Amino acid sequence: MQLLAEKRDDLLIVRALDSRIDAAVAIQFKELMRDLVRTAPSRVMLDLSNVTFLDSSGLGAVVAVMKLLAPDSRLELSGLTPAVEKVFRLTRMDTIFTIHRSIPGDLHDAV
Amino acid sequence: MPSDTGQAPVELALQSTPFAVRRALSGLFQDDRLGCLQKHQRGTAELLLAEVLNNVVEHAYANGTGDIEVSVGLRGRSLMFRVMDHGAELPGHILPSGTLADFGQHSDLPEGGFGWHMIRALAKDVEYRRQNGCNQLSFRLDLA
Repeated sequence: MQLLAEKRDDLLIVRALDSRIDAAVAIQFKELMRDLVRTAPSRVMLDLSNVTFLDSSGLGAVVAVMKLLAPDSRLELSGLTPAVEKVFRLTRMDTIFTIHRSIPGDLHDAV
Repeated sequence: MPSDTGQAPVELALQSTPFAVRRALSGLFQDDRLGCLQKHQRGTAELLLAEVLNNVVEHAYANGTGDIEVSVGLRGRSLMFRVMDHGAELPGHILPSGTLADFGQHSDLPEGGFGWHMIRALAKDVEYRRQNGCNQLSFRLDLA
Protein backbone atom coordinates (compact mmCIF):
# COMPACT_ATOMS: atom_id res chain seq x y z
CA MET A 1 0.00 0.00 0.00
CA GLN A 2 1.51 3.30 -1.09
CA LEU A 3 0.23 6.79 -0.36
CA LEU A 4 1.72 9.96 -1.75
CA ALA A 5 1.24 13.15 0.25
CA GLU A 6 1.60 16.73 -0.94
CA LYS A 7 0.94 19.88 1.05
CA ARG A 8 -0.62 22.90 -0.62
CA ASP A 9 -1.19 25.76 1.79
CA ASP A 10 -4.09 24.71 3.99
CA LEU A 11 -4.68 21.50 2.08
CA LEU A 12 -2.98 18.12 2.42
CA ILE A 13 -3.48 15.97 -0.66
CA VAL A 14 -2.98 12.25 -0.24
CA ARG A 15 -3.05 10.08 -3.36
CA ALA A 16 -3.63 6.36 -3.05
CA LEU A 17 -1.28 4.77 -5.57
CA ASP A 18 -2.62 1.23 -5.31
CA SER A 19 -5.63 0.00 -7.27
CA ARG A 20 -7.22 -1.79 -4.30
CA ILE A 21 -8.11 -0.76 -0.76
CA ASP A 22 -9.50 -4.03 0.54
CA ALA A 23 -9.46 -6.26 3.61
CA ALA A 24 -5.87 -7.23 2.86
CA VAL A 25 -4.54 -3.69 3.30
CA ALA A 26 -7.26 -1.80 5.23
CA ILE A 27 -5.33 -1.75 8.52
CA GLN A 28 -2.12 -0.73 6.78
CA PHE A 29 -3.97 2.04 4.96
CA LYS A 30 -5.38 3.35 8.22
CA GLU A 31 -1.98 3.34 9.91
CA LEU A 32 -0.23 5.06 7.00
CA MET A 33 -2.94 7.71 6.91
CA ARG A 34 -2.64 8.22 10.66
CA ASP A 35 1.08 8.93 10.24
CA LEU A 36 0.54 11.27 7.28
CA VAL A 37 -2.16 13.39 8.93
CA ARG A 38 -0.37 13.79 12.25
CA THR A 39 0.31 17.45 11.49
CA ALA A 40 -2.48 17.89 9.01
CA PRO A 41 -3.84 21.27 7.99
CA SER A 42 -7.56 21.93 8.25
CA ARG A 43 -8.39 20.06 5.05
CA VAL A 44 -7.19 16.66 3.94
CA MET A 45 -8.11 15.41 0.49
CA LEU A 46 -7.81 11.73 -0.27
CA ASP A 47 -7.56 11.15 -4.00
CA LEU A 48 -8.88 7.75 -5.02
CA SER A 49 -8.58 8.07 -8.78
CA ASN A 50 -6.21 5.07 -8.97
CA VAL A 51 -8.48 2.90 -6.83
CA THR A 52 -10.71 0.57 -8.81
CA PHE A 53 -11.74 -1.67 -5.91
CA LEU A 54 -12.83 -0.70 -2.41
CA ASP A 55 -14.61 -3.18 -0.13
CA SER A 56 -16.37 -2.67 3.20
CA SER A 57 -13.08 -3.01 5.10
CA GLY A 58 -11.52 -0.31 2.95
CA LEU A 59 -14.58 1.88 3.42
CA GLY A 60 -14.42 1.34 7.18
CA ALA A 61 -10.80 2.47 7.15
CA VAL A 62 -11.67 5.65 5.23
CA VAL A 63 -14.43 6.40 7.77
CA ALA A 64 -11.99 5.73 10.61
CA VAL A 65 -9.55 8.28 9.16
CA MET A 66 -12.33 10.84 8.90
CA LYS A 67 -13.18 10.33 12.58
CA LEU A 68 -9.50 10.51 13.49
CA LEU A 69 -9.23 13.95 11.87
CA ALA A 70 -12.38 15.39 13.42
CA PRO A 71 -13.10 17.93 14.74
CA ASP A 72 -9.99 19.97 13.84
CA SER A 73 -9.58 18.75 10.27
CA ARG A 74 -11.93 17.25 7.78
CA LEU A 75 -11.43 14.53 5.22
CA GLU A 76 -12.64 15.12 1.69
CA LEU A 77 -12.46 12.71 -1.23
CA SER A 78 -11.72 13.10 -4.90
CA GLY A 79 -11.56 11.05 -8.07
CA LEU A 80 -13.95 8.24 -7.23
CA THR A 81 -13.99 5.61 -9.98
CA PRO A 82 -17.42 4.10 -10.79
CA ALA A 83 -16.88 0.97 -8.67
CA VAL A 84 -15.75 2.99 -5.66
CA GLU A 85 -18.56 5.50 -6.12
CA LYS A 86 -21.01 2.61 -6.02
CA VAL A 87 -19.76 1.49 -2.59
CA PHE A 88 -20.22 5.00 -1.21
CA ARG A 89 -23.71 5.18 -2.72
CA LEU A 90 -24.83 1.75 -1.49
CA THR A 91 -23.78 2.56 2.08
CA ARG A 92 -25.04 6.16 1.90
CA MET A 93 -21.54 7.35 2.81
CA ASP A 94 -21.81 9.64 -0.23
CA THR A 95 -24.07 11.79 1.95
CA ILE A 96 -21.41 12.05 4.65
CA PHE A 97 -18.28 12.92 2.68
CA THR A 98 -17.59 15.93 0.52
CA ILE A 99 -16.67 14.34 -2.79
CA HIS A 100 -14.85 16.17 -5.58
CA ARG A 101 -14.53 15.00 -9.16
CA SER A 102 -10.81 15.63 -9.10
CA ILE A 103 -8.22 17.44 -7.03
CA PRO A 104 -8.99 21.17 -7.24
CA GLY A 105 -6.40 23.05 -9.25
CA ASP A 106 -5.00 19.98 -10.99
CA LEU A 107 -3.93 20.76 -14.56
CA HIS A 108 -6.20 18.18 -16.13
CA ASP A 109 -9.06 19.72 -14.19
CA ALA A 110 -8.55 23.18 -15.71
CA VAL A 111 -10.53 23.19 -18.94
CA MET B 1 -28.28 -15.98 -29.36
CA PRO B 2 -25.81 -18.33 -27.70
CA SER B 3 -27.17 -20.54 -25.00
CA ASP B 4 -25.33 -20.52 -21.70
CA THR B 5 -27.32 -23.30 -20.10
CA GLY B 6 -25.33 -26.35 -19.22
CA GLN B 7 -22.06 -24.49 -18.94
CA ALA B 8 -20.08 -25.62 -15.92
CA PRO B 9 -19.61 -23.03 -13.18
CA VAL B 10 -16.17 -21.66 -12.39
CA GLU B 11 -14.91 -23.33 -9.24
CA LEU B 12 -12.05 -22.38 -7.01
CA ALA B 13 -10.65 -23.40 -3.63
CA LEU B 14 -8.68 -20.96 -1.50
CA GLN B 15 -7.20 -20.49 1.93
CA SER B 16 -9.01 -18.17 4.29
CA THR B 17 -6.58 -15.24 4.18
CA PRO B 18 -7.21 -11.72 2.87
CA PHE B 19 -4.52 -12.01 0.19
CA ALA B 20 -5.85 -15.38 -0.97
CA VAL B 21 -9.28 -13.73 -1.30
CA ARG B 22 -7.72 -11.00 -3.42
CA ARG B 23 -6.04 -13.54 -5.72
CA ALA B 24 -9.19 -15.66 -5.95
CA LEU B 25 -11.33 -12.70 -7.02
CA SER B 26 -8.85 -11.80 -9.69
CA GLY B 27 -8.57 -15.39 -10.94
CA LEU B 28 -12.29 -16.16 -10.96
CA PHE B 29 -13.34 -13.26 -13.10
CA GLN B 30 -10.52 -13.78 -15.60
CA ASP B 31 -12.02 -17.14 -16.52
CA ASP B 32 -13.36 -17.28 -20.08
CA ARG B 33 -16.72 -18.53 -18.85
CA LEU B 34 -17.25 -15.17 -17.15
CA GLY B 35 -15.57 -13.22 -19.92
CA CYS B 36 -18.89 -11.97 -21.28
CA LEU B 37 -19.46 -9.80 -18.20
CA GLN B 38 -19.27 -6.09 -18.75
CA LYS B 39 -16.81 -4.12 -16.66
CA HIS B 40 -19.41 -2.74 -14.25
CA GLN B 41 -21.07 -6.17 -13.88
CA ARG B 42 -17.74 -7.72 -13.08
CA GLY B 43 -17.03 -4.98 -10.55
CA THR B 44 -20.34 -5.56 -8.78
CA ALA B 45 -19.87 -9.35 -8.76
CA GLU B 46 -16.36 -8.96 -7.40
CA LEU B 47 -17.55 -6.62 -4.64
CA LEU B 48 -20.38 -8.96 -3.63
CA LEU B 49 -18.16 -12.02 -3.52
CA ALA B 50 -15.43 -10.11 -1.68
CA GLU B 51 -17.87 -9.19 1.09
CA VAL B 52 -19.00 -12.80 1.49
CA LEU B 53 -15.44 -14.17 1.47
CA ASN B 54 -14.24 -11.50 3.91
CA ASN B 55 -17.00 -12.58 6.31
CA VAL B 56 -15.84 -16.20 6.10
CA VAL B 57 -12.22 -15.15 6.76
CA GLU B 58 -13.12 -12.84 9.65
CA HIS B 59 -15.91 -14.81 11.32
CA ALA B 60 -16.17 -18.48 10.32
CA TYR B 61 -12.37 -18.83 10.48
CA ALA B 62 -11.81 -16.21 13.19
CA ASN B 63 -9.74 -18.71 15.19
CA GLY B 64 -7.54 -20.03 12.42
CA THR B 65 -7.38 -20.64 8.72
CA GLY B 66 -9.14 -23.20 6.59
CA ASP B 67 -10.39 -23.93 3.12
CA ILE B 68 -13.08 -22.03 1.26
CA GLU B 69 -14.71 -23.35 -1.91
CA VAL B 70 -16.33 -20.97 -4.35
CA SER B 71 -18.50 -21.69 -7.34
CA VAL B 72 -19.75 -19.02 -9.76
CA GLY B 73 -21.96 -19.90 -12.69
CA LEU B 74 -23.81 -17.94 -15.31
CA ARG B 75 -27.47 -18.81 -15.68
CA GLY B 76 -29.43 -16.67 -18.08
CA ARG B 77 -28.97 -13.06 -16.96
CA SER B 78 -27.85 -14.00 -13.45
CA LEU B 79 -24.71 -15.15 -11.71
CA MET B 80 -25.26 -17.99 -9.25
CA PHE B 81 -22.82 -18.14 -6.35
CA ARG B 82 -22.08 -20.83 -3.80
CA VAL B 83 -19.52 -20.42 -1.02
CA MET B 84 -18.62 -23.29 1.34
CA ASP B 85 -16.35 -23.48 4.34
CA HIS B 86 -15.69 -25.71 7.33
CA GLY B 87 -15.39 -22.95 9.89
CA ALA B 88 -17.63 -21.98 12.80
CA GLU B 89 -21.34 -21.98 12.16
CA LEU B 90 -23.32 -18.79 11.83
CA PRO B 91 -24.67 -17.97 15.32
CA GLY B 92 -28.33 -19.01 15.45
CA HIS B 93 -28.14 -19.80 11.75
CA ILE B 94 -29.64 -16.37 11.16
CA LEU B 95 -28.20 -14.16 8.44
CA PRO B 96 -27.58 -10.54 9.46
CA SER B 97 -30.20 -8.11 8.17
CA GLY B 98 -27.55 -5.64 7.07
CA THR B 99 -29.51 -2.65 8.30
CA LEU B 100 -27.36 0.44 8.61
CA ALA B 101 -27.75 2.51 11.74
CA ASP B 102 -28.95 6.07 11.31
CA PHE B 103 -26.05 8.44 11.05
CA GLY B 104 -26.12 11.03 13.78
CA GLN B 105 -22.94 12.85 14.64
CA HIS B 106 -19.95 12.07 12.45
CA SER B 107 -18.19 10.82 15.56
CA ASP B 108 -20.82 8.06 15.76
CA LEU B 109 -20.30 6.88 12.20
CA PRO B 110 -19.93 3.14 11.94
CA GLU B 111 -16.60 1.74 10.75
CA GLY B 112 -18.05 -1.71 10.18
CA GLY B 113 -21.32 -3.38 9.33
CA PHE B 114 -21.14 -2.22 5.73
CA GLY B 115 -20.44 -5.71 4.43
CA TRP B 116 -23.81 -7.31 5.07
CA HIS B 117 -25.55 -4.12 4.04
CA MET B 118 -23.94 -4.37 0.61
CA ILE B 119 -24.59 -8.11 0.34
CA ARG B 120 -28.28 -7.51 1.08
CA ALA B 121 -28.40 -4.62 -1.37
CA LEU B 122 -26.81 -6.56 -4.23
CA ALA B 123 -27.72 -10.21 -3.81
CA LYS B 124 -31.02 -12.04 -4.21
CA ASP B 125 -32.16 -15.32 -2.62
CA VAL B 126 -29.40 -15.41 -0.01
CA GLU B 127 -29.63 -18.79 1.67
CA TYR B 128 -27.55 -20.31 4.45
CA ARG B 129 -27.29 -23.99 5.26
CA ARG B 130 -25.23 -25.78 7.87
CA GLN B 131 -24.70 -29.41 7.01
CA ASN B 132 -22.13 -31.97 8.13
CA GLY B 133 -19.92 -29.33 9.70
CA CYS B 134 -20.00 -27.23 6.56
CA ASN B 135 -21.34 -23.72 6.01
CA GLN B 136 -22.94 -23.18 2.63
CA LEU B 137 -24.09 -19.79 1.44
CA SER B 138 -25.80 -19.47 -1.92
CA PHE B 139 -26.99 -16.29 -3.58
CA ARG B 140 -27.76 -14.76 -6.94
CA LEU B 141 -26.70 -11.57 -8.65
CA ASP B 142 -28.98 -10.34 -11.42
CA LEU B 143 -26.90 -8.69 -14.11
CA ALA B 144 -28.05 -5.17 -14.88
